[in-house]
Amino acid sequence: MTILQIFSGASNFVEGVDTAFVLIFGVSFFFLFGITAVMIYFIYKYHKSRNPVATQIEGSNTLEVIWTVIPLIIVLVMFYYGYKGYAVMREVPEDAITVKVISYMWDWDFEYENGKLSKDLYVPLNKAVKLELTSLDVIHSLYIPAFRVKEDAVPGVANYMWFIAQLEGSYDILCAEYCGLRHSYMEAQAIVVPEEEYLAWLADFDPEVKDPKGLEIMRANACMGCHSLDGAKLVGPSFKGIFGSERTVIVDGKTTTVVADEDYMKRAITDPNKEVVAGFQPNLMQSYKKIIAEEDINHIVDYLKTIE
Amino acid sequence: METQNNQLNYIEDTQGRWGIFAWIFSTDHKRIGILYLISITTFFLLAALMGGLMRLELIAPGETIMDAQTYNGLFTVHGIIMIFLVVIPGLGAVFGNFFLPIMIGARDVAFPRLNLFSWWIYMAGAILAVYSQFAGDGPPDTGWTFYAPYSTESGTNVVAAVFAAFVLGFSSILTGLNFIVTIHRMRAPGMTWFKMPLFPWSLYATAWIQVLATPIVGITLMMIVAERLFQIGFFDPALGGDPILYQHLFWIYSHPAVYIMILPAMGVITEIIPTFAKKSIFGYKAIALSSVAIAAVGYFVWGHHMYTSGMSGTARWFFSFLTFIVAIPSAIKVFNWVATMYKGSIDARTPFLYAATFIFLFMIGGLTGLVLGSLATDVHVHDTSFVVAHFHYIIFGGMGFAFFAAIHYWWPKMFGKMYNERVANIAWLITFVGFNVLYFPLFVIGIQGMPRRYFDYLPEFHAGHLISTIGAFILLSGLFLMIINIYRAKKHVTPAGDNPWGGVTLEWQVPSPPPTLNFDEIPTITKSPYSFEK
Ligand code: HEC
Ligand SMILES: [Cu+2]
Ligand SMILES: [Cu+2]
Repeated sequence: MTILQIFSGASNFVEGVDTAFVLIFGVSFFFLFGITAVMIYFIYKYHKSRNPVATQIEGSNTLEVIWTVIPLIIVLVMFYYGYKGYAVMREVPEDAITVKVISYMWDWDFEYENGKLSKDLYVPLNKAVKLELTSLDVIHSLYIPAFRVKEDAVPGVANYMWFIAQLEGSYDILCAEYCGLRHSYMEAQAIVVPEEEYLAWLADFDPEVKDPKGLEIMRANACMGCHSLDGAKLVGPSFKGIFGSERTVIVDGKTTTVVADEDYMKRAITDPNKEVVAGFQPNLMQSYKKIIAEEDINHIVDYLKTIE
Repeated sequence: METQNNQLNYIEDTQGRWGIFAWIFSTDHKRIGILYLISITTFFLLAALMGGLMRLELIAPGETIMDAQTYNGLFTVHGIIMIFLVVIPGLGAVFGNFFLPIMIGARDVAFPRLNLFSWWIYMAGAILAVYSQFAGDGPPDTGWTFYAPYSTESGTNVVAAVFAAFVLGFSSILTGLNFIVTIHRMRAPGMTWFKMPLFPWSLYATAWIQVLATPIVGITLMMIVAERLFQIGFFDPALGGDPILYQHLFWIYSHPAVYIMILPAMGVITEIIPTFAKKSIFGYKAIALSSVAIAAVGYFVWGHHMYTSGMSGTARWFFSFLTFIVAIPSAIKVFNWVATMYKGSIDARTPFLYAATFIFLFMIGGLTGLVLGSLATDVHVHDTSFVVAHFHYIIFGGMGFAFFAAIHYWWPKMFGKMYNERVANIAWLITFVGFNVLYFPLFVIGIQGMPRRYFDYLPEFHAGHLISTIGAFILLSGLFLMIINIYRAKKHVTPAGDNPWGGVTLEWQVPSPPPTLNFDEIPTITKSPYSFEK
């Protein structure tokens, strides 16, 4: 479901937006082809071989008025349809489900009303959903092309967007505001399912079973944009099986090996550019010495020990 | 070559300076125009090659010829060079310097030394911009828009790049100031405002934007530097700043900057069409005043870059409304250009071909601008390749093609030699076709949802990217053919003559190349500038 169809109706906004598209493109093609055709006709008809002497015409006030007023009316109509298709995007119905979007370099987390977290956005069919956009670092922009919606996630600013998904399926979520190295990989899916299925999915969650503290701290500090838990190589090395393993690192240009004990992992967080893991770029990861409290760093290290 | 009046022309007259110093220390507006021509062409080719490399990377999904960091640096540097070193100074610095004084019947600009100084500042900024690519911790990777807080946090060489843009701003302000005073004070006797040719009119409107808007971006860029060096906290919320404030300040300049590029381009087209239609311009006053209207209203539309940023609802519709209004004066110009062809006696030589294609490409750029000005549709295509296509149609299809039109139009005047017109026409066709093959597919995939500044993309966008890359190489070959052909004009033995196109504005009444002081005697103006009646 990735290629856009006009008037597909994947969300409640598609019709209003596509109407504005069709109107503006219709008028535009008319003027583009009309004016171009007239121009080519003039160049042909009044070519010097056919019309050796030009007739001097200084201008015409009537024409100036006509081609000022008619375009003015046309653009005002366009403005109106653009405004109309858009105004509804700012009026969130009161019964909308709220999902908090946590964006960071370079991934999305979605947090539902009961505290459940997910990597893809789950949405019930035919229900209003409001997304509260937050960012942990720089500006991102949540874009669902099929739904015709986009709004920036600006750090420190409470932006929102809403929609009603009207067709079951899975739709691309992309980051539209340039946010650095892995901007083009900052993707997720919006998964639209019938309401019962959604509720069942949502209920499949025990708020008592909290994620380990270390993992939460890492999420809050956007470590997971660069590091994976499953062995995938992102910007930084994966944490899979890190504890006790032998790491090849480059210290002051010399390659050595160290065993990843507690102390090594602490150093990797507080002074990451001293021992640089071979195969990775220095200076990408900043020092968290002043950013994360020592106690929390200990939580992280405790958690890292558990990832096998 | 001997001139009519046995005066040395500006190329022969070195004023006693040796070699290159006769150029880089000359205060002659024509020599300064040539200095800009050489510098701007060099930077244009450099950034165009970068564009070619980016297109090559995007020819297929996944990593093709470079990694993501290199790609992000490339689109940033491509943007910085093209915007600040090429299109903003562009037509005004090259052809404005060379022809403004001649077209208004003056011997030079009002402040010739300041004019030379502006070029030196330009070069200082340019060197800094190029330096920022190679020194420090790698080329800046923020995009030419330097959006905070990414730009205040990125580990790359942002400060040098931002400082370069700051320095370049001074060059722009001083040139604008110089032109305003020149136009006010130095018109030939009898040349009232409405007897002034329309290229000078467009430079006048542009100069006001340069003087009034550039300081804002200067300050804004310094705020970025202060934030990076001293953690002041203007824009970064982590320091208590507001990232949206940055966007406002940036676009208050950078939207009017679009008009700094396009107004002189419109001025060039307005000169070329009457000359080749052998007919007075249609609607002189409408064209002159629409330049001023664009410059004035253009100040208040910057928010159309920020519809999705979280601006207030009122601000969103207000900026949308004004954006539609600012389309009208551009439309008026298009209608008047086409009306000028009506009942003309058209000689479709190379400059005219470029001018006619300018109208076509500019219309596409302008009409797709309506899609971006309209709220509902902009939300969908904002920050997609639709925007990339739109502004390349305006800036490259508009300003770029106007530059090509201008160079083919005025080259015989500037150097006294004509290029091979057949080859020039072939290069025009290749360039025009390549341009459309390159940028049109970007509209299509933009509507499908292809975000901009993407190093990699989903498979459904492959076809569009592939076609676009093919277009890029057609376009580049057209450009090389064009440049080589113009350069080879110097081999021609026969002089082009003082008035090869039968133009009527003042520059066609002085020898080619013009003498140092332009006129033996300052002419007295009695007629309208486009009066073809004998
Ligand atoms: C901008 C990307 C980025 C972010 C964000 C980031 N890191 Fe890193 N990290 C890296 C890179 C790149 C390396 C490898 C180079 C090096 O050692 O400096 C690395 C290395 C490490 C290592 C050593 C891994 C090994 O294989 O030996 C640890 C541990 C680590 N990071 C923990 C963290 C924690 C904890 C956070 C969050 C508080 C974090 N990182 C945030 C990029 C990042
Ligand atoms: Cu992002
Ligand atoms: Cu703008």
